[in-house]
Amino acid sequence: MKPTDPKIKWIEEPKLGLAGKMYLPLFVQGLSTTAKHLFSPKVTVSFPEARPQIGNPLIYRGVHRLNKDSQGRVKCVACFLCATACPAHCIDIVGVESPWPDREKYPQSFTIDELRCIFCGMCEEACPVDAIELTSLCDLTGRSREELIFDKEKLLSVYDQTKDAEPMKSNSLGGTL
Amino acid sequence: MAPLIVPLVKIGLLVFALLTAAAYLVLLERWIAAWVQDRKGPNRVGIPLTSIKLFGLGQPLADGLKFIFKEEYTPAHVDKALYTLAPITILAAALAIFAVIPIGSVLPLDLPGTDGPIKLVVAPGVDVGMIYVFALSSIAVYGVILGGWASNNKYSFLGGLRSSAQLIAYEIPLGLGILGVVISTGSLRLENIIFEQAQSGVWNSFTQPLGLVVFVVASFAEAARLPFDLPECEQELIGGYHTEYSGMRLLLFLIAEFLHMVVAAFLIVILFFGGWHFWGMPVPADDIISWSVAGLRILVLIAKVLAVILFFMLIRWSWPRFRFDQLMNLAWKVMLPLGLVNLMAVAAVVEYQHAREIEDLSTNAWLPVGIGWGVAIVAWIVAALFAPLHTDNRPRLDVLQPPAFEPNSLRSK
Repeated sequence: MKPTDPKIKWIEEPKLGLAGKMYLPLFVQGLSTTAKHLFSPKVTVSFPEARPQIGNPLIYRGVHRLNKDSQGRVKCVACFLCATACPAHCIDIVGVESPWPDREKYPQSFTIDELRCIFCGMCEEACPVDAIELTSLCDLTGRSREELIFDKEKLLSVYDQTKDAEPMKSNSLGGTL
Repeated sequence: MAPLIVPLVKIGLLVFALLTAAAYLVLLERWIAAWVQDRKGPNRVGIPLTSIKLFGLGQPLADGLKFIFKEEYTPAHVDKALYTLAPITILAAALAIFAVIPIGSVLPLDLPGTDGPIKLVVAPGVDVGMIYVFALSSIAVYGVILGGWASNNKYSFLGGLRSSAQLIAYEIPLGLGILGVVISTGSLRLENIIFEQAQSGVWNSFTQPLGLVVFVVASFAEAARLPFDLPECEQELIGGYHTEYSGMRLLLFLIAEFLHMVVAAFLIVILFFGGWHFWGMPVPADDIISWSVAGLRILVLIAKVLAVILFFMLIRWSWPRFRFDQLMNLAWKVMLPLGLVNLMAVAAVVEYQHAREIEDLSTNAWLPVGIGWGVAIVAWIVAALFAPLHTDNRPRLDVLQPPAFEPNSLRSK
């Protein structure tokens, strides 16, 4: 497009008053803003010493956990909806026939590759029995790739670790099972 | 031996202090940057191998080690000799400027073989002190241009070109700012300039506010600090003239950059803010000075310099960068006339005092102060009314010709 094109709409910039042309008021204004921020409270969290305040743990998307029901069994019924919903394909489930009478299947193994996971929370939304949930644990670290592939035991232990601080969302939101 | 040892000790101490100061100024700059942006800044590195953090005061050590152990990569396409010479030139020039800059006044130390108290200047009594500073600060431009040219990289070259245009433009207002002080003092020696202000108790910034503004703006540009850091603006030119540099050579460039800022701060303090002088401090002659006064003078000077450096760093986060045409307009259409006006006012006052044979300047100190401020305010308002800093950079439709370029006509030939 040429600069002479009639379709271009040229916008006039606002005219500076004498104070603006004098530079000094703007200069003082800029410096005082900077000086104000120099002494204002800082937003940085000194991480290992201070933990970040998570606004609402119910909607935070951190490390996964597999919930247990009231009898201490894994809630998952191996329906594969989470694995289907997962856009990163990080959930791997082996479902076998359930030993309990109230469901048909249960997961023999349930692994999540936390390094592949993009923490979108779609597994949580897909789950019909509220078995998989994202906790507010945000400092996920490991020394190897293998260590960060969480199996069923690990995911259940995350539940044990976080169940007191974060009760099951299905309970607090009036869920079933 | 003493006449030889004393300067050597001075040089050693000064170079050590300057390099350490440059390292800690980097830390200070990062702190200020963080605080202004509501962050905490580097506060982790303390004493090595312990968990003592010391507010991050060990950071410069870690930074230095990082630079030393980094690979010093020389790209294949550079001009090897000039590529190595550029950082050496710029750092050597930056360090050499400090030879005439007084760090305090004197120490009442009577060593055998030296005459009188030890002067806190590497080269005491240089009669052309100001000219020496000016000449060496011009050499620093060569380091930048050499670095930009030798790198054989378009971004580096643009940085070097911008730097040459900018530094040459701003050397004139810088010189005009200095000239006002030199005329009113009657000496080019930095020690004399301080002593004159200390004796009358009226700093040059009071009598020449316009000169101060011109000099400060020009020294921001000379030190290539924001808002005048066009030679190395990261957003446009990656790193400008030091794009291709790494490791120790880059470190030399960065140290030199900070030394330029320190030089500018020292010059602003010495020329315009009375150097080591503060009201209420005794001003004895050099040979009867006591240890306490000598120490106090050093402290006052360093405190003032630190305050100016803090101002430099705050400005960096307060003001956006100028466009290049605005930078040039500011130099040639604002700062140069303002500098000339200041020079004329100073010359008129000095000439008036000569004509009236006013010897004791301290009793008549308020006349030049009044004239200086009056001239400054009038000149400032006139400059503002003419508003030579164009913010509008649209293509000018009244002079714009329709493009005559036709690709087909070229191809048929």
